[in-house]
Amino acid sequence: METVNITINNIQLEVPKSTTILQAARMINIEIPTLCHMKLEDFCIENKPAGCRICMVDVKGRRNLVPSCVTECTEGMVIETSSPRIINARRTVLELILSDHPFECLICPKNGKCDLQSLAQELGVREIRYTGEQSTYRMDTSQAIIRNPDKCIMCRRCELMCNTVQTCGVLSAVNRGFMSVVAPAFEQNLDHSPCTYCGQCVAVCPTAALTEVDQTSKLIQALADPDKVVVVQTAPAVRVTLGEEFGMKPGTIVTGKMVTALKRLGFDYVFDTDFAADLTIMEEGTELLNRLTKYLNGDKSVNLPILTSCCPAWVNFFEKNFPDLIDIPSTAKSPQQMFGAIAKNYFAKQLNIPREKLVVVSVMPCVAKKYEAQREEFRVNNDPDVNISITTRELATLIKQTVQDFNSLPESDFDRPLGESTGAGAIFGTTGGVIEAAVRTAYELYTKKPLPKIEFEELRGMDWIRKATVDFDGLKLNIGIAHGLGNARKLLEEIQAGKSEFHAIEIMACPGGCIGGGGQPQHHGKSEIIRARQKAIYEEDRRLPLRKSHENPYITKLYEEYLGHPMSELSHELLHTEYFQKQPEIIIEND
Amino acid sequence: MSHIKIKLHENQLQFIKDTCKEFNYEPGELINILHKLQDKFGYLPSEVQEVVANELKIPTAKVFGVVTFYSYFTMVPKGKYPINICLGTACYVRGAEKILDEFKKQLNIKVGESTPDSKFSLNCLRCVGACGLAPVVMIGEKTYGRVAPDDVKKILSEYQND
Ligand code: SF4
Ligand code: SF4
Ligand code: SF4
Ligand code: FES
Repeated sequence: METVNITINNIQLEVPKSTTILQAARMINIEIPTLCHMKLEDFCIENKPAGCRICMVDVKGRRNLVPSCVTECTEGMVIETSSPRIINARRTVLELILSDHPFECLICPKNGKCDLQSLAQELGVREIRYTGEQSTYRMDTSQAIIRNPDKCIMCRRCELMCNTVQTCGVLSAVNRGFMSVVAPAFEQNLDHSPCTYCGQCVAVCPTAALTEVDQTSKLIQALADPDKVVVVQTAPAVRVTLGEEFGMKPGTIVTGKMVTALKRLGFDYVFDTDFAADLTIMEEGTELLNRLTKYLNGDKSVNLPILTSCCPAWVNFFEKNFPDLIDIPSTAKSPQQMFGAIAKNYFAKQLNIPREKLVVVSVMPCVAKKYEAQREEFRVNNDPDVNISITTRELATLIKQTVQDFNSLPESDFDRPLGESTGAGAIFGTTGGVIEAAVRTAYELYTKKPLPKIEFEELRGMDWIRKATVDFDGLKLNIGIAHGLGNARKLLEEIQAGKSEFHAIEIMACPGGCIGGGGQPQHHGKSEIIRARQKAIYEEDRRLPLRKSHENPYITKLYEEYLGHPMSELSHELLHTEYFQKQPEIIIEND
Repeated sequence: MSHIKIKLHENQLQFIKDTCKEFNYEPGELINILHKLQDKFGYLPSEVQEVVANELKIPTAKVFGVVTFYSYFTMVPKGKYPINICLGTACYVRGAEKILDEFKKQLNIKVGESTPDSKFSLNCLRCVGACGLAPVVMIGEKTYGRVAPDDVKKILSEYQND
């Protein structure tokens, strides 16, 4: 490896060629502030428009300060990162950015978590010497995400996520100069754009220019209503991230504390989406085996590969971008919606109350779930199966508002019947987890033999696209896994071209799966946080006594008492759905 | 931003597709493609941008980004009488901005917009090279020199009966 010798703040070091000054400085623990720059190491995602100029440093022999996030080290370079000249320049840059930013910190949804705010604090800005007109734009409140362009600092991180990583092409820098901003085409509303609500733009936005639609007030009202029975379900990926919001190390599992907090918040029943994940596996696994058996019996019309369908952003993506493929994904609803359907139909009956009296709340790592809960097909007489969907972040805010010290809460267990789950449900939270859970069950149903080994290392990891072959007692099943919608696009294009070799494919919209979801605690560009969460997910799986969905006793009971068997008529009605072609149309008028 | 929704005719659609083909569907040629389309249609409504994006397989938002970045491109059809006000240095120091304000007031539109009856559209220019006549206003092919705010009403009335 070719290296170069450089000097930073009088410290000499040798770094590989093409290392940036920023990287080199970090190697020796010299901090240089950044704003627009973001690098997710594990995913090879890097945003470096070099637009904000906060990271400027002094290079001996150059007249102007240089942005350290894009300037590569060269032999003999002498760098200064904190001279008075630099401090002055940084402050000036920051003051200029702030001069066109609303002073709303006290009531801003990002208060305390905003990169711009912390920078102003770190650089000790106490006054803004530049005043003038501030650019103002229309707010855009969609079904899941709020755009407040007044707070956009043009770091263009969202653009990178939306275009390069997700290939959704919704957001782009538009207009010029003072009025420039990141927006959808024609500055139309997100609801009219090809947005999938994956929330990856929200996940990386350093300010409150992009946030989720906040439903905490609506939730508090429901909890306060004596006429309602309020139940909550928590997604698998929430219990391994919630702790971060309370200063715990990434990867801390807080399942028990979370349940206690929810009970103290006043929920009548605290249930688990993991239960519905187990149910999803029963339905989706059976569907996979049905399609496979037909195919093996010579029916070539059957749709293979089967694609998972538990990620609503992914569903949006194929509905909008691949309308010709809507027959391929599994018809199984997502766990959130399965839970909603079971709660409103089965559980409400057990309680002997009408479904309208039951309020189903979900805590999700996700902003797309907010949109999913509102989909037309998931409501009966205008009563949605899931009434309110909040993110991990919103739950943390609620806990902070009401329940004392989270860290010292005792642990409690989920309520029954909809709170019992297995390790298979737990791993839904990471990329590779859904398909591993499906394989655990499908293997035993198909071979009628117990699994020799429960963990499928070959399906795990963080690579964008992974392939593995699983041996079902002689039947070789080719499995594909993709996370990030750009990678899903690649696999879909293979299918379109008739070149796909897979029998089943798992797709998650977010990098890492739900552990990297748009509703999770901010990762501030540190992908090691997402890795730590993944480790925790597998730990949670190992911790549980039951690890295969079909061994969940309450699932067995649900089928015996109510549904009959997987893919039964009632299952179809409650647990399966259909997809719609939503490609934007260009209207052609003939004379 | 307001924009006018139009529907494309079959032959217009074909022209857009042919133009994209002519430039080999090269995203790098986007500006040239838009240039040619604006020459043909006079402006670039959203539908045109959507078709271009589809043909070149790039996000519509990107196309829109380019259209809004270059002041040459416009999403509003030019009025029958396009009004252009020079904001070059000479015109500016001789009060072109006041003239502009007066036109905005009289027509009740902003820069870059057209009147609802599509009669006038209002735009600004950099120096037109007639500094001796500053401030300069052009309406269509006709040039008006040494314009004062009070003249604006009179100038517009010339077009009243059209
Ligand atoms: S939610 Fe996803 S698809 Fe929508 S704008 Fe953000 S990144 Fe793009
Ligand atoms: S919306 Fe947020 S992420 Fe996107 S450019 Fe603006 S500040 Fe950056
Ligand atoms: S991967 Fe998970 S968090 Fe991300 S959009 Fe899909 S369901 Fe939501
Ligand atoms: S962080 Fe380097 S230019 Fe913005």
